[in-house]
Amino acid sequence: MTKLGKAFENKKAFIAFITAGDPDLETTEKLIYEMVNNGVDLIEIGIPFSDPIAEGVVIQEADLRALENGATTEKIFDLVAKIRPNIDIPLVFMTYCNVIFGYGTEKFTSKCEEIGIDGLIVPDVPYEEKDELLPFCQKHHLELVSLVAPTSKDRITEIAKNADGFLYIVSSLGVTGVRSEIKTDIGEIVKAAKSASDIPCAVGFGISTPEQAEKMCSQADGIIIGSAIVRIIAKYGKDSVKPVGEYVRSIAEVCHKV
Amino acid sequence: MSKGRFGIHGGQYIPETLMNAVNDLEKEYNFYKNDEQFNKELTALYNEYAGRPSLLYYAEKMTNDLGGAKIYLKREDLNHTGSHKVNNALGQALLAKKMGKKRLIAETGAGQHGVATATVAALMGMECEIFMGKVDTERQALNVYRMELLGAKVHPVTSGTMTLKDAVNETFREWVSRIDDTHYVLGSVMGPHPFPTMVRDFQAVISKEIKSQILEKEGRLPDAVIACVGGGSNAIGAFYHFIDDKDVRLIGCEAAGRGVDTPENAATMANGRLGIFHGMKSYFCQDEFGQIAPVYSISAGLDYPGIGPEHAGLKDAGRAEYVPITDDEAVNAFEYLSRTEGIIPAIESSHAIAYALKLAPTLPKDKIIVINISGRGDKDVAAIARYRGVDIHD
Repeated sequence: MTKLGKAFENKKAFIAFITAGDPDLETTEKLIYEMVNNGVDLIEIGIPFSDPIAEGVVIQEADLRALENGATTEKIFDLVAKIRPNIDIPLVFMTYCNVIFGYGTEKFTSKCEEIGIDGLIVPDVPYEEKDELLPFCQKHHLELVSLVAPTSKDRITEIAKNADGFLYIVSSLGVTGVRSEIKTDIGEIVKAAKSASDIPCAVGFGISTPEQAEKMCSQADGIIIGSAIVRIIAKYGKDSVKPVGEYVRSIAEVCHKV
Repeated sequence: MSKGRFGIHGGQYIPETLMNAVNDLEKEYNFYKNDEQFNKELTALYNEYAGRPSLLYYAEKMTNDLGGAKIYLKREDLNHTGSHKVNNALGQALLAKKMGKKRLIAETGAGQHGVATATVAALMGMECEIFMGKVDTERQALNVYRMELLGAKVHPVTSGTMTLKDAVNETFREWVSRIDDTHYVLGSVMGPHPFPTMVRDFQAVISKEIKSQILEKEGRLPDAVIACVGGGSNAIGAFYHFIDDKDVRLIGCEAAGRGVDTPENAATMANGRLGIFHGMKSYFCQDEFGQIAPVYSISAGLDYPGIGPEHAGLKDAGRAEYVPITDDEAVNAFEYLSRTEGIIPAIESSHAIAYALKLAPTLPKDKIIVINISGRGDKDVAAIARYRGVDIHD
């Protein structure tokens, strides 16, 4: 069992994303506890980046708010170090390559290990470039999550075979953000991945409603929701803890029933 | 080390969704670059449509005025659409057409690449959408209207600093959303492999011509080739066929804005450090946490926080030199060339002229300098007037 695999143990996993420091780090701390208490199985903590090219407007703006309000990699490390002893579920960082590289990849990954981060998701490091991070992740016991997309086709089996933690299935073309409909045949991608590996497969990009969550959970091992949560945070700011809790509970209930 | 490296620089740091698209592009490019028919068509477009070869002009008045090295100007400003950008736009559009793509998208800073892309899209009957920072749409309003005249749709980009880097972000986001029928005509020698190599190959026609023209006129190679660098496409084009000629100094002039020691500049080589962004490992202006720094230059085309990976490699190898030029120096050079030679250069190219103004007088008269005039300055006239406090109601 991998560290991230724990989220998928005996159930469909609900993975939630938030941008650290949006609207501020105190609220982020409360949001993480609230999400854990309402049934989230794994949390992706986004370290904001000035130029997040894989993100839609909702997360772009969250990154901007967080940076403007003074969030830095260092302060986010401090936050995780503080809350980690109270949290049982796996925690990963989601960020862009230059945030890691600019901090110093060895220093960044060693710090992650020290504070109890279990893995990394880095959308601008594809399979071909994984050596940029993988040796450091292995040294510091971090699981580097691989992504596959609707365009991956013949690449899926090779990526799945070498994937660690879980396989992140990008549901649709385009950037992150809420979508009314997911047209990709997720079942086909999962089938291709499973033919090469028994790694858990979680679907992200575009999921927001309990109906979508249920449908995706029936085709994969879990789901990832980011923009729909960040949108609530954008709307309620420091008062978003309760509405986010209610929202994630509604999704967790659906996922855990499937 | 992965594909498309220049020393440690380059690579393919992009979302998985785009990997098959860049792999296809690489495969098709590797086929067509050696295809006789493709090259015949591209040469015909260069010569019959874009007006190549561009002149290598002996700037006699400027030479005499400065009293040092002999100065030649490579007149990329005389190309159709008014800059070197058309070389790359024609090459990529022809390739995209061969690949069966129906739609071209591109980022633009000053608007020169946007205009070039819109132009070739019109010529080849392809759809065209251009992404341009909102700030740049304002300071280059004429080029926005020009692109629209050519049938392109221009999207003002309101994210981030609303300049070139944000236009690149937004064009990548658009490409990820629609790949099948769409080719991203990246405008400079940057981004993920194969773009830096492919764009360089299309721009290398500049140095190929300089070489044969200078041999014909002077019977020898120049002592220095000077070009401005933002992403670096005109510079790599002007340098490429001289890289193995070790006696030819290659000098890139980057935008120092209000000064390299001020917060307002875009001098990547002077102030940047190694990073990974926009698909490539190279030098970037960034803070201690790897956040990309807001940059500034009077020139919208040089207002970019990074530089193409081949330039980063040439710098590491000590083969090319990179010097910062301030807004003030560039504006003075803009006015100088206009008055002295009757040639109004782009404000981007004026950065290269500014360095030549410093270098030429220090060299003996038997030395030869080539300045790449990457574009013409009509688009900048209103901005220069504003800089000088003149209101011309543009």
